[in-house]
Amino acid sequence: MTITSSGPTTATPLVPAAPAPAAPEPTDTVTFEIDGLETTVPKGTLVIRAAEQVGIQIPRFCDHPLLAPAGACRQCLVEVWAPGRDGNLAKMPKPQASCTLEATPGMQVKTQHTSAEADKAQHGVMELLLVNHPLDCPVCDKGGECPLQNQAMSNGRATTRFVDVKRTFPKPIAISTQILLDRERCVLCQRCTRFSEEVAGDVWIDLQKRGAQQQIGTFDTDVLGFAGDTPVGASTQDTSGRPFASYFSGNTVQICPVGALTSAAYRFRSRPFDLVSTPGVAEHDSQGSAIRVDHRRGVVLRRLAGDDPVVNQEWITDKDRFAFTWQSAPDRITTPLVRNAAGELEPASWIEALDVAAAGLRAAQAPSDPRETAVGLAALPGGRLTLEDAYAWSKFARVALGTNDVDGRARPHSAEEEAFLGHHVAGRTLEVTFGDLVAAPAVLLVGLELEEEAGIAFLRVREQVVKKRTRVLSVAPLASRGLERLSGTLLAAAPGTEAEVLDGIVAGADDVLGDAAAALAAEGAVVLVGERLASSPGAYSAALRLAARTGARLAWVPRRVGERAAVETGLLPSLLPGGRPVADSGARVDIAAVWGVEHLPGEPGRSAGEILAAARAGLLGGLVVGGLEPADLPDPAIAREALDRVPFLVSLEVRRSEVTDRADVVLPVAPPVEKPGTFVTWEGRPRPFTQALTSHFLPDHRVLDRLADALGVELGTGSLTAVHAELDQLGGWDGARVDAPDVPAAEPPAVAAGTAVLATWHQLLDEGRLQSGEPFLAGTAKQPVARVSAATAASVGATDGGAIAVSTDAGTITLPVVVTDMPDLVVWLPTNAPGSAVRDTLHADAGDLVRIAAAPGALTREETGTGQDAGRSAHEEVGA
Amino acid sequence: MATTLAPVLTDTWDADRSWTLSAYEDAGGYRGLRRALGMQAADVVTMVKDSGLRGRGGAGFPTGMKWGFLPAPDGGPRYLVVNADESEPGTCKDIPLMMASPQHLIEGMIITSYAIGCHHAFLYVRGEVVHVYRRLLRAIEEARAAGYLGTNILGSGFDLEITLHSGAGAYICGEETALLDSLEGLRGQPRLKPPFPAVAGLYARPTVVNNVESIASVPGIVRGGADWFKGMGTERSTGHGLFSLSGHVTRPGQYEAPLGITLRELLDMAGGIREGHQLKFWTPGGSSTPIFTAEHLDVPLDYESVGAAGSMLGTRALQIFDETTSVVRAVTRWTEFYKHESCGKCTPCREGTYWLVQVLKRIEGGQGTHADIDLLLDLCDNILGRAFCALGDGATSPITSAVQYFREEFEAGTHTPADVLFPPEHSSLFTYAPRRGRAALAGVHA
Repeated sequence: MTITSSGPTTATPLVPAAPAPAAPEPTDTVTFEIDGLETTVPKGTLVIRAAEQVGIQIPRFCDHPLLAPAGACRQCLVEVWAPGRDGNLAKMPKPQASCTLEATPGMQVKTQHTSAEADKAQHGVMELLLVNHPLDCPVCDKGGECPLQNQAMSNGRATTRFVDVKRTFPKPIAISTQILLDRERCVLCQRCTRFSEEVAGDVWIDLQKRGAQQQIGTFDTDVLGFAGDTPVGASTQDTSGRPFASYFSGNTVQICPVGALTSAAYRFRSRPFDLVSTPGVAEHDSQGSAIRVDHRRGVVLRRLAGDDPVVNQEWITDKDRFAFTWQSAPDRITTPLVRNAAGELEPASWIEALDVAAAGLRAAQAPSDPRETAVGLAALPGGRLTLEDAYAWSKFARVALGTNDVDGRARPHSAEEEAFLGHHVAGRTLEVTFGDLVAAPAVLLVGLELEEEAGIAFLRVREQVVKKRTRVLSVAPLASRGLERLSGTLLAAAPGTEAEVLDGIVAGADDVLGDAAAALAAEGAVVLVGERLASSPGAYSAALRLAARTGARLAWVPRRVGERAAVETGLLPSLLPGGRPVADSGARVDIAAVWGVEHLPGEPGRSAGEILAAARAGLLGGLVVGGLEPADLPDPAIAREALDRVPFLVSLEVRRSEVTDRADVVLPVAPPVEKPGTFVTWEGRPRPFTQALTSHFLPDHRVLDRLADALGVELGTGSLTAVHAELDQLGGWDGARVDAPDVPAAEPPAVAAGTAVLATWHQLLDEGRLQSGEPFLAGTAKQPVARVSAATAASVGATDGGAIAVSTDAGTITLPVVVTDMPDLVVWLPTNAPGSAVRDTLHADAGDLVRIAAAPGALTREETGTGQDAGRSAHEEVGA
Repeated sequence: MATTLAPVLTDTWDADRSWTLSAYEDAGGYRGLRRALGMQAADVVTMVKDSGLRGRGGAGFPTGMKWGFLPAPDGGPRYLVVNADESEPGTCKDIPLMMASPQHLIEGMIITSYAIGCHHAFLYVRGEVVHVYRRLLRAIEEARAAGYLGTNILGSGFDLEITLHSGAGAYICGEETALLDSLEGLRGQPRLKPPFPAVAGLYARPTVVNNVESIASVPGIVRGGADWFKGMGTERSTGHGLFSLSGHVTRPGQYEAPLGITLRELLDMAGGIREGHQLKFWTPGGSSTPIFTAEHLDVPLDYESVGAAGSMLGTRALQIFDETTSVVRAVTRWTEFYKHESCGKCTPCREGTYWLVQVLKRIEGGQGTHADIDLLLDLCDNILGRAFCALGDGATSPITSAVQYFREEFEAGTHTPADVLFPPEHSSLFTYAPRRGRAALAGVHA
C-alpha cells in the first residue's frame, strides 16, 4: 500500500496505487495575454479556461468544463484585442464571451480587472440576471454556496435599479420524486439540460416557451398548456408513475449555479456553512466514485460528487448521491448481542460477546463429542468490504479459523468463475482502467449492463460514443435503454448461450459476429465481462479464448464495491492474497512467513454454495458471516436453512438482518462513513477514504482482530497502519497462476411449451438493502416490468401492457408485460425490483427454466410498486 | 435626375393570375435557368459575385461571396436554405413577392442550387402565412410538372428537389442558425458560430442561407448579366430592391427601385404623407434599424449612405409616421414585440426586453421618472453587443434613436401620458376603435 506506508518496502504493494496520469502529449500551443499576463496554452483552449490557469476568475454561469460551450448567460464577457490581417492589434467591436472564445496567437484579453468595458458588461448582465430572480437567498438551499449569490457580490451592483414587477412561477414543481425545480430561481444557463443530453443521454428535461417565460420543464401537459391529447411514445415510467427520469439526475442539482434544482432529500435540511465536508468514496458499486460527505453534528445530510478526472470526473449516480441513510437506519446494531438461554438476542459487552463467540467457535472447531458430524468452521464475509477488511477476513479464516472455506461471493457463482478470477483477475491490478475504456476503439460487454451495474463506466464510455470514438457491442438477451444510448450493437444471446456467441466471434464470419471480431481486433479494444457470467457455463472460458483470439484486453466488472478487494485479498477458497494459489506450496510458504504461522491449510476450501450446503446437511460446526443477505444468494431458501442449521453462527453486521436474527453472537461493525479504509475499483485501483463521522464503531478488521485475540490468535489487523504495513510486506506474486478455466458451453435446455429461459439482472435502483430509507430515490427507479418477445407473448396469450406470471415450483412473480425485440422463449425480469425478487420468489437465476402464463388483467402501478408512497411524500414535502 | 422605379421582380405583378407558371413563362421566366444550365457552375457564382448583389435580408452581405465560402465538394450533400421567415414589424416584401410571383423565387433557387452544387433545397416559410405556403406548394408542383425540378432538369443532368417547410411562428427563426435548428426539428435558438453555416449548417453540412429577395434576384442577373444589374443602384449597392412603404403615406405599397433612391423620391411616387400632415419619423429598414426623421429625407437609400447617417438599410421597410404619432408609444409597441419574441437563450435579450417594456410603459403612461430615460439608455447599452445574436442588438435601436431625436417626448412621459399628448384617434387611418382595456385608459386622459 502506498497510502500510508512508511519505511522501506521491497516488493510491489498488494494493491498498488495508480501511477500519476502521464502528462499529455505536447500539442500546438498558443501564446497570448490576459490582463497583461502572457500565457501559453494548448491550441483550442477557451479563454475562460486559460484565465483560470493564470489565476484570473471570470464570472460565469452556463460555462462548465465538462459540457460543450453554450454562450448563453453572457456573464463572462471580456474585452478582446486581436491581430487583424494587417498584423495590427484591433479591438473586437463587441465584448466577447470568454467561454466560447478560443485563444489565438497574439490575442490580448482584458477582463473585468483591466477593462472598464468588460466590467460594465458583466455588471450589466448580472443586474439583468437578478431582474427575474426572487432573491429568496435566506430560504434557499443554495444560499451560502451559490455562484449567483457569490458573483452578484463580486461582480454586481450593490443596489438594484429594478423597481418593476418580477416574473413569477409557482414554487417548485417535482420533476421526479427526488428532483424539485424552482423555476423562479432559474437563470436558464442550460447546464442541466446540456448534462442530460450530452452526458447522461436522458433528455428528461428541456427548455420550454420563450423569452422571460422560458423555463426548464418536463413534458408536462399542464405547464405546456396542452389539453386533451397527450403525446404518444414509449416513455418508460418510474415507480412513481412519472415518465422515467434518469439515474444521473442528481448531478443536475450539483451543477445548477443557482437554487433552481434541489433534491427532495436535502431541501430545507441544512445551510452549507453549518456542514462539515469529508471526502469519501461511494460504497454502492465497483466504480470507486469520489464523493463528498456533508455532515452536521454526526448526521450525514447529503453527498455530492467529488472531482476525480481519472475515475468519475465530476459525476456520480443517484444511488451514490442519495442512498446513504442506510448507514444511520433505525435498525442499526448499536452493541454486541449474545443469544441468551431463552433464545433471544440481548445486548452484551464486547468482552462478553467476544468470549462467547470464541468459545462457540472453539467448540465448533474441535467438538468434545468425537461423533459430532457438524465440525469445522467457515466464513462468508459478503461482497462489500474495504481492502483492509477483506484482508482481515482472509487472514482470519486461514489463521484463526484454520480453513480455506471462505468465499466473498454473496451471489450466484461457479467454480469456473473462481478459476477465471484466480487466473485472470487476481493480482493483475490496473491492467485495464477507465483510461483504457476511454481510449478503446471498441468495447464489448458480456453479461454486463453498464448503466445498471457500472454507472461511471457507462458515462465514460458514452462520452466517447458521443464523440464517435468508441463503438459498443453487447452480448445480452436484449438491447436495453442503456445500450441504445451507447449506440450499441446487440449480439443477441439467450441466457446460457453466451459462450456459444462468444465462440462465434471469429474474423471472417459474415454476419454481425464477424463485424464484432473486426472491431475487437483494433488496437486497444476492450472486453468487459460481468459477474452474471457465473451462471452461464463456459462463458468465462469463452471470454478468455475470445481475448486471446482477437487481442482485445479483458476485464471483469463486478457490481459490488468489495468484489475486487475480495479477489485481491484471497477471499476465495482456492486463492490467497495477491493471486497466490492455495494449492501452490511456495505461495503458502510465502504467506505463512509474513503471517508468522507454521503452516496454512493446503487444501482449497469450499465455495459459498458448498459451505451453505454443508451447513444445511449438518456438516459444519460454525460459521462467521459478514454483510450478506440470504436473498442475494442463488437459492435463499437453502441459505436460510443452512443458517438455521449451523450450530454456531457469528455475524458481523451494521444493521439487523436475516443473518443477525439467526446468529448466536452479533458483533456490530462500522459502516463506511464511520471508518477509514480503502475500496478497490473493478480496475484494481485503491480508493482510500477517511472517516467522516466520529464513531465508537469498529471496522471489520479491528473486530476480527479482537475476535482472533479471544481465540488466542494474534491477527495483527488492529489498525490501518498495521494492515497497510502487512499488505506492503506481502506484495504481489510472480509465481504460477491458477490455471485458466476451460469449461465447455452447456447445451441449451429444451424449452417446453409454456416455459421460457429466465434472463435477469439487477437494476441500479431496486429493493437493495443499501437503498432503504430513501423514498424519494426509490420513486425514481424504473417501473418493474417483464420483457418477452412478441412471439413468446403470443404463445402464452400475453399482450403488451397486460400481465404475465412467471413461476417455478417455489413461487410466482406477476408483472406488466413489455413486448421487446429479443430472442423467443426468453423472459426477462428485474432481479430485485419491487414485486420482482427473482431469487427469493423463484429460487431461480439467469439461464434457469421458468413457467410463463398470461395473468388476468393489466396490473396498475398501485399493485406493483412501492413508489407511490415516495411520490406522495415528495409532494407533501413540497407543500410543507 | 430623379430616380425612377425599376420593376424587375414586381414587373409581372399586375398580370392576370401572375402567380402561375404560365404567366411567369410568358413574361420570359425560366430563360435565366436555361442560360445558367448552359454555363459552368463556377461561372454562375462569378457572375453573381460580379453583379455586386448583396443580401436583401438586412445585413447586406455580398451574396456571391457567401456562396464562395462553401468548402470544396467532398461528395456529401450541400444545401441551399431560403429564409422566408419574414416577421419583422414593418417588413413586408417577401410575402407579397411570394404571393404575386413565386416562380421568381423557384427559378432563383434552381439556379443557385446549380451554382453551389446543391441537390436538395429547403424553403423555410413563416408559419402564420398559410396562404403563401399554399401558393408556394402549388408553384413547386407546377415547376416540377414542367420539368424544372426533379431529375435531369431540362436535360442538363442536374437534379434538384425543393422541400417547403412551414415554421411554427417565431421571430428568432429568421436568424439563420436558429432557422437551421428549427428546420432540423429542434428548438429554434441561435447556434454558436463558428462553425458558420457555410462549413457546418443544415445537418452539419455546408449550407447557404439566403433571403427570398436575394435568391429571386438571381434569375434576372443571369438573364441580364452582371453589368445590367450593376447599371442600377450605386457603386457598392448595386441593383434593384423592394421598398415597402407603410403607415401615414397616401399610397402605401411595394416600390421596386434602384438602391440609392431617397425617401423624398419614393414619397413623391407614393403621393406623399397623408393629406394635411407632415413626416415626423420613419424607419429605413424595419423596426430593428434606428429611426430617421424628416432631416434624413434625402439620404440615399443604399447600404453605405444609410449607415453613414446612423442607421441601417435593413429590409427597406419604410414605416412612415406623421406628427400625430407618439414616438414613445411606437417604440413601446416595438419593444413589446421584441419581449414577446425574445427566444430566451441569452440573458441580455431575455431579461433586458422584459425590463425595457416595463420602463417604457411607465413613460407611456406618464408615470416615468427622470432617472428612467438614463436607465433606458443604460439598459440598451447593456444589451447592445452583449446578446448572443443580432436580435438583441436590434431591440435597442429604436429606443436609443428615439431618445436621440425625441428626448423631450420621453421627458414628457414623466408627467403626461402619451395618449394625452398624442391622442391615438388622430393618427389612426381608420375609425378609431380602441380595444377594451386601452379604451378605459384613453377615456381617463381624454
